[in-house]
Amino acid sequence: MSRPGRALAVAAAALVIAVVAGIAIGPAALSMPQVLQALATHLPWHPHVTIAPLDTAIVWQIRLPRVILGALVGSMLAGGGASYQGIFRNPLADPYLLGAAAGAGLGATIVVVSGANMALTPPAAFAGAVGAVTLTYLLGARTRHRDEPSAGSGTASILLAGVAVAALLTAFQTYLQQQHTQTLAYVYAWILGGLSTATWSDIWMILPYVAVAAIALLAHRRLLDVLRVGEVEATSLGVNVGRLRLTVVVAATLGVAAAVSVSGLIGFVGIIVPHVVRLAAGPSYRVLLPVSMIGGAAFLVLADIAARTAQAPAEVPIGVITALIGAPFFLFVLTSRRARQDLS
Amino acid sequence: MISFKDLTVRYGDTVALDRVAGRVADGEWLGVIGPNGAGKTTLLSAIARLLPYSGDISVGGERAAGLSRRQLAQLIAYVPQRPVLPPDMTVSDYVLLGRTAHISYLRSETAADRQVCAAVIDQLDLRAMAGRQLRSMSGGELQRVVLARALAQEAPVLLLDEPTSALDLGRRMEALELIDEVRRERTLTVLSAIHDLTLAGQFADRLLLIAAGHIVAAGPSAHVLTDDVLTQHFGPGVQVMRTDTGDIAVISRRLAARGGWRG
Repeated sequence: MSRPGRALAVAAAALVIAVVAGIAIGPAALSMPQVLQALATHLPWHPHVTIAPLDTAIVWQIRLPRVILGALVGSMLAGGGASYQGIFRNPLADPYLLGAAAGAGLGATIVVVSGANMALTPPAAFAGAVGAVTLTYLLGARTRHRDEPSAGSGTASILLAGVAVAALLTAFQTYLQQQHTQTLAYVYAWILGGLSTATWSDIWMILPYVAVAAIALLAHRRLLDVLRVGEVEATSLGVNVGRLRLTVVVAATLGVAAAVSVSGLIGFVGIIVPHVVRLAAGPSYRVLLPVSMIGGAAFLVLADIAARTAQAPAEVPIGVITALIGAPFFLFVLTSRRARQDLS
Repeated sequence: MISFKDLTVRYGDTVALDRVAGRVADGEWLGVIGPNGAGKTTLLSAIARLLPYSGDISVGGERAAGLSRRQLAQLIAYVPQRPVLPPDMTVSDYVLLGRTAHISYLRSETAADRQVCAAVIDQLDLRAMAGRQLRSMSGGELQRVVLARALAQEAPVLLLDEPTSALDLGRRMEALELIDEVRRERTLTVLSAIHDLTLAGQFADRLLLIAAGHIVAAGPSAHVLTDDVLTQHFGPGVQVMRTDTGDIAVISRRLAARGGWRG
């Protein structure tokens, strides 16, 4: 099997294992047959089962939505990170690069401190993330000449605008948070991120955005490869770089904003997963993007299992887990033989 | 094939090209020469519409400004002075990038695209290296890989910015002979900036001498490569010679005899 084919197979296998483990593992000690029976109750012509309704509910209403939501969020964070790395030609780019995290944090904080209905938190976080990226893009793109690429300055000014917008919104968010200390713990928990409140309605809410983002990003993966020779040469090869960048940023932003709106700010996934995939499967975005999405889904589901079992019944914030597992693994991969070859 | 007039390019307050005009006929090789900073690269970039300009450029009878990026890339293949060569990209993937303007948006390349690339790779003798990463290749090999990408673009016009500056003299000759061979075979129009005046005279049909943003001389090499013209724009250290075979050679000469080891 080719190197890309192998990477795709490994990522898919990892996702299957993660999903099975995510459904099977939890504080309620259900055996594998019980889990399978519980799953079967929702099949159209399911066989007669003898499982307690409570156990069915644990599998269907608690574990399954959590696993699916984790997979959707993980795929968007990793896919968004890989896309940003491609479009900005910057290996340090992550999905929060253009201010999505700061905007989402501010949106969620406003809902919490204003005492509004908590159900408004996801829409507010989504709006905050999209608004922040829009602001960044408008400010950054103003300095670029109309249709013509001016040798990469467009990218640099967008990235700098992203830094400024993120700093500004984080300052607002911190100020609000400090003014309302009674909700500090709640805001802090949201910002650390987690999937403990996952429901089916969360899934239905973000699924359209995730689907559109995934399809749009995957459709542009060949053009991200063309961009590897730089904006000027990509332009001379026939790519409208400005339009490509806008399309990819819009798609990635919708997906990432949808993800953070239900999961908070989970760090590290968007940067570590694409880099591990790059080292394993090569740098072509044709492979990198789909494998990152599948691998990101698997990674976040596994991280969530660790988050809810490491100190059960308490939960460790999932962002702590992604960094705790992710950083050493990343360093290990980075110092392995192939990595030394590929990065030299 | 290409004509431009009133072409002006500014970098901030600096005028890099000042209302220049010229044309390149179908199948012609026009060599652009001039001292450093004269505007050679700027002229090529403007014709490829890679920087903002004022004035008119037309390619194949159509105004360049009215064409989409894709249409323009089907007419002009552009090779910059220092192409970006992703070290981990393979030769065949790199050559395939040349097909970008022929592949429909959001689609993958077709068998026909792969066939074009394979033919170019064969023609430039790169078959054995097709699977190698760019980082493992020598300067001369990379030159051919870059040319292969430009040829895969199947554009009638080739813009080459100093195509041989990184090569030793032998490789330079080889690369220019190769360009000459493919342009005759495919009747390509070539516009290239060439640093080396002797080579420029040997390969280009016509020369265009740019100095300080103006075209100061144009015509067959015998007209442009003269002591008077070159001394004026390159300084007094340049001398034109005729070889036994009638070729023009431009050589450097030291002005003042310095007190050498003989005292």
